Amino acid sequence: MDTTTATLWLQNLNALVGGVFLLVSFGLVAIRQVQGCVRLFTALSVLLGLSAFLLSQIYATWDLVVMGVVDIGTKAMLIPWLLRRALPEEVYTRREVTQVMNIPTSLLVALGLAIIGYVFSKPLLGVSGGAGPAGVNLPIGFAGLLIGALTASVRREAVPLFLGLLAMENSAFLAGIGIAPEMPLIAEVSIALDVLILVFAVSILTRTVHQHIGTTEVGALVTLTEATKDESPS
Amino acid sequence: MSIILIPALPLAAVVLSLLPLGRRFAPAVTLLAALGSLVLTVGNALTISRGREVVAIPGWVQLDGFAALLLLLVTFLSVTAALFSWGYIDAHQREPRRIRYYYAHFNLFTFALALVPVLFQPALVWIAIEFTSVFSVLLVAFDNTHTALEAAWKYIALMFMGAAIALLGFFVLFWAQEQAGGGHYSWDGLRAVAQQMPPVLVIAAFLLILVGLGVKVGFVPLHTWLPDAHSQAPAPVCALLSGIKTTNSLYVILRLVPLLPAGSGWAIQSIGLLAAGVAAFLLLQVKDYKRLFAYSTVEHMGIIFVAAGLGGGVAGQYASLLQIVSHSVTKSFCFFAAGAVLFVSGTREIASVRGLLRRAPAAGTALLLGGLAIGGAPPFAVFLSEFSIFRNGLAQGQYVGIGLLGLFITIAFFGILLHVNRMLFGSALPRVAEQSSERHDHLPRTCQLALLVAAVPVVVLGVYQPVWLHGLISVAATTLAPLSAP
Repeated sequence: MDTTTATLWLQNLNALVGGVFLLVSFGLVAIRQVQGCVRLFTALSVLLGLSAFLLSQIYATWDLVVMGVVDIGTKAMLIPWLLRRALPEEVYTRREVTQVMNIPTSLLVALGLAIIGYVFSKPLLGVSGGAGPAGVNLPIGFAGLLIGALTASVRREAVPLFLGLLAMENSAFLAGIGIAPEMPLIAEVSIALDVLILVFAVSILTRTVHQHIGTTEVGALVTLTEATKDESPS
Repeated sequence: MSIILIPALPLAAVVLSLLPLGRRFAPAVTLLAALGSLVLTVGNALTISRGREVVAIPGWVQLDGFAALLLLLVTFLSVTAALFSWGYIDAHQREPRRIRYYYAHFNLFTFALALVPVLFQPALVWIAIEFTSVFSVLLVAFDNTHTALEAAWKYIALMFMGAAIALLGFFVLFWAQEQAGGGHYSWDGLRAVAQQMPPVLVIAAFLLILVGLGVKVGFVPLHTWLPDAHSQAPAPVCALLSGIKTTNSLYVILRLVPLLPAGSGWAIQSIGLLAAGVAAFLLLQVKDYKRLFAYSTVEHMGIIFVAAGLGGGVAGQYASLLQIVSHSVTKSFCFFAAGAVLFVSGTREIASVRGLLRRAPAAGTALLLGGLAIGGAPPFAVFLSEFSIFRNGLAQGQYVGIGLLGLFITIAFFGILLHVNRMLFGSALPRVAEQSSERHDHLPRTCQLALLVAAVPVVVLGVYQPVWLHGLISVAATTLAPLSAP
């Protein structure tokens, strides 16, 4: 197999990984079990790692291999483990009954967001000719970013909400490795570590909320508005 | 190499403040580290004000005029906030473990704040900005009350949502630089190839970063978390959040403004005017005096952004930077004053505080000074900087922008003073005030000292500007001025 055919193969594989990534993002919006959300997030992180490995071969840069390893190590292994250790088992066996939007509607909105992601990526891709892995990673990353924001907005439980935010970060990365594979490695690795520290802080916060308020349904915390500031001054 | 020490000192203080060596050890170490950083920063700022650059690791860790100015504000506010924390936290927390926990996080927070200007590579700056949010969230939740935890959740969720969007922006920015021929990814590197970067990529990157970091700055309509977090955190933390953390994120956005294609000034102005206008009206209906100052922060972020969009080259940017300086020092003073009022009254509600000037003269005077200064009354620092903005706006013929800005500033001025007057004058409401268990009789000495120190620049910068500060702001303004056409 000559190099051009090999690159083409790798690009097609990368497109497949990207497609599955988008599908899993949709799954994160739709699934109700907290446990399932954690599994889907792990899958997203593994897919991001796979894309990094494939791109490292296409662009011939070892930095992306390191990045992929760090990504799978932190996001697919360490973070799910941390979240599980930090929070009581009861949080994970829960099914979310109340969501802000019902699932078919959320999926429809997610579909719309995916289309917006593609539409907005198009003029940007025109600059570099639109060919190559950037043409796959940028629109899917953009769509994933928007869908992650939707996931975080429709969720009320702390863990799924937070996983939606982490999925946003994953999507930003998926786009990032496609358009900026030359980004210095130190920056990419530090970003992964930064996310790890964030997970620490959020699990402490969630535990404190669980202890003091007795729920992890953070979407129900809505006392701080100007309207309810009217409570009598007694 | 001294610039690496500036964030390293608070980082060392994190470890030291965790040692169980008595109630006074952690606050003392924190204050010393903050003072050390301030001294080092002043040294570097003096060098830079003479037109030289300070470089530790070229392209990665270095200070130019704008960064040095921000670092100066960070370290000054760290000192006053550490001083205010000493008496304030000691009176509120009995448990030594909680005190150590507070100072460890306080130092982590000031470390992250100092890291933002010291780093020169945009992707690393993103991480530093992210650190400022991660390390402050547990400070927002410090009181562990229902409302504090709610504010902290909203805060971290929105901060991280913004961060993810901004991250994509920084990747696109890197891509734009690669398309223009590459070079080292740094603030200088971006300016060097600004003319060659494809405009569509620059605009896309700017929009992503504007939305992502705009959440942290508090631009309308992304400001909803701000009054919650800035009213629930302990007073010294509020001073840092409002005084400098918002400015830190704005710093990154302002760095990117000169990269935009010519003629984008009106868009920048509109975003600023929206923030200033909405905040000015929201100010009128608050019931909590800490939320009052939080909305005033949203308003001032808008004013700074309008000033940055008015044009006028170096002179125009000078006015915008002056506003950054005067807002930071004044707003931190306001939150110390609000903390003092909370300390002696035990309530955050405007309606429950009356006759403050008679009952607690020190806290009352501070609140009066803070209210007047932040509203923009002469002869304080904010008046001078707002006056420079108007002068520049008129010189540029931007009558609509300046007219609207003037209207909003006037509304905010009356809004702030209306609420402050209610609290200062009249007879005290004894029933409410005496009942509160949170109420104390005397303000601790360290809090009084912190108020005094924080008041110095609020008053002095309104009437006198040291030569070196003028030099530093002038150098910084050249970094922000639009690039000349090729």
